[in-house]
Amino acid sequence: MTETEKTTAPARRLEWQLVEVRQIIVETFRVKSLLLHAPGWQGHLPGQHVDIRLTAEDGYQAQRSYSIASPPEDELLALTVEKVHNGEVSPYLVEELRVGDQFQLRGPIGGYFVWTVATPGPLWLIAGGSGIAPLMAMLRHRARRNVHNPALLLYSSRSLDDVIYREELDAMARRDPDLRVVHTLTRKQPEGWKGYGRRIDKELLADAYFPPGRNPNIFICGPTSLVEAASGLLVELGHEPLTIKTERFGPSGWAS
Amino acid sequence: MAETPISRGFRSRRREQAPKDRLPPGQYVTTDFPILSAGPTPQTKLENWSLALQLGGSLLGKWSWAEFEALPQTTIKTDIHCVTKWSKLDTTWQGVTFDDLLRAVGLEDPPEAYIMAHCDGGYTTNLPVEDLVGGKGMIVTRYEDLPIPPAHGGPARLLVPHLYFWKSAKWVRRLRFIEQDERGFWESLGYHNYGDPWKEQRYDGD
Repeated sequence: MTETEKTTAPARRLEWQLVEVRQIIVETFRVKSLLLHAPGWQGHLPGQHVDIRLTAEDGYQAQRSYSIASPPEDELLALTVEKVHNGEVSPYLVEELRVGDQFQLRGPIGGYFVWTVATPGPLWLIAGGSGIAPLMAMLRHRARRNVHNPALLLYSSRSLDDVIYREELDAMARRDPDLRVVHTLTRKQPEGWKGYGRRIDKELLADAYFPPGRNPNIFICGPTSLVEAASGLLVELGHEPLTIKTERFGPSGWAS
Repeated sequence: MAETPISRGFRSRRREQAPKDRLPPGQYVTTDFPILSAGPTPQTKLENWSLALQLGGSLLGKWSWAEFEALPQTTIKTDIHCVTKWSKLDTTWQGVTFDDLLRAVGLEDPPEAYIMAHCDGGYTTNLPVEDLVGGKGMIVTRYEDLPIPPAHGGPARLLVPHLYFWKSAKWVRRLRFIEQDERGFWESLGYHNYGDPWKEQRYDGD
């Protein structure tokens, strides 16, 4: 007997389930969204992720985590996948997978990087590249529920062609005066671009901005360097660290 | 159980596989060192840093940075396994073993069976004491001979390499003996209470 057994409520295991690709949306040159039919899906909260598992003919298996980009209100589960150079799973998902194919998935996972319309206060989302995916689940959820808390998305992409969900974001912002979408294009700006054209820095955060006094709920998702920089700057600007929730991905620049 | 479906056209792209006895199920080897934290990276200055060992609410011992550096130092080379699927082989860490911390406060045996680790930024994680004693757990301050950068948990982090790496809490400041096991931060948010990578205990119920 251990204390653990005594104090831990019995938990239901997240079982692997088979999902089927129903639709594939080309988002950018390197990014696709997979719309999945997941029979018996228990539902999820915006910001949560899933694990997927692929099995090769020789029995080799690989698992990875992907954020859910669809809101709980949607019937199909959407994963938005960026093809990672020299990757193992993402090139398969982006290039090989076809409508009708099946693979294994389990979830939803994660209870911290989560926002629902029940959360009071302004919503401030900061995304880098494909880090937009879990934040998009939040924005879609907010739009489906027709909630009008002040919301701001600051979205850093390499170029206009790399902006994921561009038209949907534009349409959302047009329909909703309480939502502001601010793009910054870090590598290449189209001719006549009037938006930001640099990496997120303190001035850009101060421009775009919910001041700390408005107590925004802040979610940052993107490459490690962007998340480290943006979250550190927000703390310097006076935001309470516990109001800033982060998800980092990709190399840390500290390999050894 | 249903047969595992084959993913048409999927094959391994790994040029070399880690030996089977080094890589737990569902993991892959990375040479990078990814960073995963729930919030901003705390920037704790060494002059403000201390580590406390507590029994419930009472203090068993407390060390400033200089005092902690003067404790017996141990270096280990080990593999680490993150619940997000990456594993990193042959990482070298230096610091103070949990055994030496107990010795430093004059304890022969741990007074309770569980530890809650408290960290800068409010993060907590829970561990059975038996997973810390016998050289199994350390407070580390150096990685590959260099101070641990804040984003990777510096000045000091826990190192419990036989469990998933979230148990090796970053920015650790306080170890508290508790009589009954309680769930820490991720353990309260759907992650497994114990986290043995070899049993693939990623999430609650695994």
